[in-house]
Amino acid sequence: MKREPTREVASLSGVTFAYNGHQVLEGVDLDLEERDFAAIIGPNGGGKTTLMKILLGLLRPQRGQVLLFGEPPQRTAHRVGYVPQDIHANKHFPISALDVVLMGLLRPGRLFRRYSRDDHRAAEEALDQMEMWPERHKRMEELSGGQRQRVFIARALVSNPQALFLDEPTASVDAMGQTDLYSHLKRLNERITILVVTHDLMVLSSYVKSVICVNRSLIHHHAPEVTPDMLRLGYRCPVELLGHGHLPHRVLPCHGGPCCE
Amino acid sequence: MSEWLQLPFVQNALLGGLLAGILCGIMGTYVVANRIAYLAGGIAHAAYGGVGLALFFGLSPLLGVLGFTLAGALIMGWLYLRERHRADTAIGVLWAFGMAVGVLFTDLTPGYNVDLMSYLFGSILAISRGSLAAMAALIVAIGLFVICFYRDLAAVSYDDEFARARGIPVTALQLLLIVSVALSVVVLIRVVGLILVIALLTIAPYMAEKRCRSLASMMVMSSLLNCLFAVVGLGLSIRFNVTSGPAIICVASLAYFAFMGWLALRRRA
Repeated sequence: MKREPTREVASLSGVTFAYNGHQVLEGVDLDLEERDFAAIIGPNGGGKTTLMKILLGLLRPQRGQVLLFGEPPQRTAHRVGYVPQDIHANKHFPISALDVVLMGLLRPGRLFRRYSRDDHRAAEEALDQMEMWPERHKRMEELSGGQRQRVFIARALVSNPQALFLDEPTASVDAMGQTDLYSHLKRLNERITILVVTHDLMVLSSYVKSVICVNRSLIHHHAPEVTPDMLRLGYRCPVELLGHGHLPHRVLPCHGGPCCE
Repeated sequence: MSEWLQLPFVQNALLGGLLAGILCGIMGTYVVANRIAYLAGGIAHAAYGGVGLALFFGLSPLLGVLGFTLAGALIMGWLYLRERHRADTAIGVLWAFGMAVGVLFTDLTPGYNVDLMSYLFGSILAISRGSLAAMAALIVAIGLFVICFYRDLAAVSYDDEFARARGIPVTALQLLLIVSVALSVVVLIRVVGLILVIALLTIAPYMAEKRCRSLASMMVMSSLLNCLFAVVGLGLSIRFNVTSGPAIICVASLAYFAFMGWLALRRRA
């Protein structure tokens, strides 16, 4: 099998972003390569969501360069499937799972347009991939947290994206749903690049290929592990973190390389 | 009852109630689905400031209310869109300020005593042909807007973050929605009063939201419920010779309480 050369999905160089005068990211560099499955971790308020929004062109940094598929993100963001934090979506909104997925086909500047047969076929395929087709007519409110997230991922997949950006997809999902969600993502990663903001360090070793630790500055570690440097950068107190996840056998000792100096 | 229906003013009132019900059914769907009932309340109350200003400066009440309401709506809308979770205080201030300005300028206007109650609860039995025409025209205009942008408005209302990432002009659509609410308030305040506007914008859509699977069905159901409330309320107000606005509000509120009770019982069962 011919291995295609790795290409860059997204890159940041010297990106600085402040929100209402409060510095969130400072001189940050990042290269996200094709087929990566990268997890963005870091403390609350450390800039994880901001980083993702900058990559999508939803926020403009005060300094630095952002490229998405080699171009300014405003031009190429539609090639990314985006799964925002689910707190944005109104839970009681009257909408069916199918209509949520069709939303992923919206493009600016098309009035009166009804969804075509092709659109419906694409929605069926996306829902099917996430094993949610049988639930398509249910109101979003009637679905479990995990099922809702699968619908949101289907909505992101329906436009046939080259990358999938997910912001805390497992925040309101029970443990079983989380495992299920990540195995779906792992399968998708055979085709597309995945970038996921997560609090859940459990996923690191089993699913993820690289780890991006963000706390004003950024470390991209090209292996599924948390290094002591990341702990120092990311969390003031590593012990607190050890208490949460199943970390002890995932924290590997410093082994040299650019981020372990 | 049937001899009442022969009277032109009763016919006008009925027509007015139905048109108000439909207009509020459409706009209320967006108000409730976007969780901006408080913002709509602020706009409706700020509108009263326009009444006072128009009286004092001798402008036409419609122009005064239109200008003041649109300005208030855009300020409140901008504050809301900028900081959703912190805008409620500012909206509360403008809400109170609008009412106070309205009352003060009415006081200062020599020889004129406008009836505050008529702006709070309207005078649907004195509705003019012109008001009916204005309501019908606004329903057509807002209907066209909603049909043109239905999918975009649904996406913006459901998940603005995602809509923005799809390149939808989110802020522009949100402001247009808020302006539509403001225009509805302007047209309806003389007819049904600002309290009734808030009731029609929120009660039926809230009930409909619990059962519907799309914004379109929610609009239809809210409009039907609103029309039912208006007709029953008007009938009762004529039969018992009481003010019609509060009668309609009581009918709607009682239906709401009954509906919530029924939901609670069903959940327990």
